[in-house]
Amino acid sequence: MTFLTHLINGISLGSVYAIIALGYTMVYGIAKMLNFAHGDVIMVGAYVCFFAVSSYHLPPILGVVIAMLLCTALGMLIERLAYKPLRQAASLAVLITAIGVSYFLQNGAQLLWGSNNKMFPSIIPGDGISLFGGELHISAATLVTIAACLVIMLVLTWFTGNTRIGKAMRAVSEDKGAAQLMGINVNTTISVTFAIGSALAAVAGVLYMSSYPILVPTTGSMPGIKAFTAAVFGGIGSIPGALLGGILLGVIEIFAGAYISTQLANAIVFLVLIIVLLVKPTGLLGKQVREKV
Amino acid sequence: MNRLKLDRSLRRDYLTYAFVIVAYVILQVFSGTKGFSPTLRGQLVPICAYVVMAMSLNLTVGILGELSLGHAGFMSVGAFSGAIAAAALQNAVPSPGLRLAIALVIGAIFAGIVGTVISVPVLRLNGDYLAIVTLAFGQIIKSLIENLYVGVDAAGLHFSFLKPHITLAQGGRMILNGPMGIPNIGKISTFLAGFILIMLTLFIIFNLVRSRAGRAIMALRDNRIAAESVGINVTKYKMMAFVTSAALAGAAGALFALGQNTIVAAKFDFNTSILILVFVVLGGLGNMFGSIIAAAALTILPEALRGFADYRMLIYAVVLILVMLGTNSPQLKGLLKKLVPGKKGEEV
Repeated sequence: MTFLTHLINGISLGSVYAIIALGYTMVYGIAKMLNFAHGDVIMVGAYVCFFAVSSYHLPPILGVVIAMLLCTALGMLIERLAYKPLRQAASLAVLITAIGVSYFLQNGAQLLWGSNNKMFPSIIPGDGISLFGGELHISAATLVTIAACLVIMLVLTWFTGNTRIGKAMRAVSEDKGAAQLMGINVNTTISVTFAIGSALAAVAGVLYMSSYPILVPTTGSMPGIKAFTAAVFGGIGSIPGALLGGILLGVIEIFAGAYISTQLANAIVFLVLIIVLLVKPTGLLGKQVREKV
Repeated sequence: MNRLKLDRSLRRDYLTYAFVIVAYVILQVFSGTKGFSPTLRGQLVPICAYVVMAMSLNLTVGILGELSLGHAGFMSVGAFSGAIAAAALQNAVPSPGLRLAIALVIGAIFAGIVGTVISVPVLRLNGDYLAIVTLAFGQIIKSLIENLYVGVDAAGLHFSFLKPHITLAQGGRMILNGPMGIPNIGKISTFLAGFILIMLTLFIIFNLVRSRAGRAIMALRDNRIAAESVGINVTKYKMMAFVTSAALAGAAGALFALGQNTIVAAKFDFNTSILILVFVVLGGLGNMFGSIIAAAALTILPEALRGFADYRMLIYAVVLILVMLGTNSPQLKGLLKKLVPGKKGEEV
């Protein structure tokens, strides 16, 4: 039974990674940039929800919606001010700018909200369910996290496959120049991608906080790095890859912590990543790009 | 034409050496005077270490053309192996200068070995996948050192992994205490040692870059397929640049560690790797002089902004973003050109 408990905890943690990884992978697929500030958008989302619920006593669901709206606005603002002027620049320049944005968000949060720990309230009500005569207990937070991940995946798959703007996103990620020639507004498409990624980051922030409730201005960086790793693990640029990579990463992390060593859990996660990349250099579901001479 | 170009790059190398020497002499003279603040004096050794870090990362990112996000990992290996060596040799080698030199060499050797091990998977990959593997290695090194315990007694060094208990003979003591790091390091790094290490690094990098091997490495950066097709051994030259870079970072790490009171593994995390990458990119890819200036300026900047108290890191972030936008955005560049008409038509 402990095995099942660990497995479910792993899937739950992995679901959070998967939701964050979606933000990385979509932005990478379309803008070909590593948005290192993404982890800090998670932190902003968590803070917004925290204050909405604990200071203004709003219902949790409203807190999540407000966090999503504010993060969407923040994501689009960051894209407009910091990344759009660098559309033609070298990828390293964009990477450093993203790091600058990340510093800015972390230090801004510290000035606005202080650097002391904040205990995130448990906003997901209910006792969860007990199975096998109480031997296996699954908390409500775990259930909601996994369900949220599944719903987000289904909606995104439908969105990119069937809507006009979703198809535009796929076209831009395939070939920016050709997409532009077909009359797709590349700038709008990139903006929408950032908006979706940031809204998802807000959701992920709240879900992450339900499991790890200590909120500080640097809260977002570790899940950010892990989710980035998950995105690469599954094959960066691929939406199902983000789901697979995220879940696998979460499960490996929990199992390594439970069965091998808590202190080495992170090291084992990254070791598995390296091994996977050695066998499949473009990630589990990544596209093999033929080299042209 | 070819000759002229060579001369120009050689002249730039000599100017860089000259600049470092002049900067050292000026700082050495001024550091004795009253106007020199003690905080700045305390920063001299870390600045030297960061300058070497920036130059060594520039070898990977600027000359070899591969993005590395785990350079602090090599610094960490060098820092811990160097500090352990210095602590273990405390009685055997009484001269602090000689002990520092041995520690730097040991730091460089260990970081070089780790670099060689890491280069095996790293060199199979390209682009962002390579970057993520270096990031992963940085994290792994940090986790491993956080769980390493080292003690010393008459019989020699004792190592333990994960378990903090080491039985030591009479008179033995613990050097490395896992996540608590190494305490009471007898600050033996000096500004002079830092200066010598910078000069040595410049010498190694310039000689590598201006050699046949260096040209092969830069050919790989500019067009790997073309370079391969004219018979350049990709693995050999990539490895040469990568391992040299790692070893230099290890020496820098040892210099840094032996200038501190305490070092912990958490100091050399992802953020430190990123900080050094920022030095490299701001200083200019492949430009060693730029790396020196950027590393020194950005290490002092947070201190210089101390007057802004809480806002200093925020200002740092804004400065970073504005510099990147100012130097890379075509619109802003156009605007600057209009404002400064004299700069029009300059060579790129």
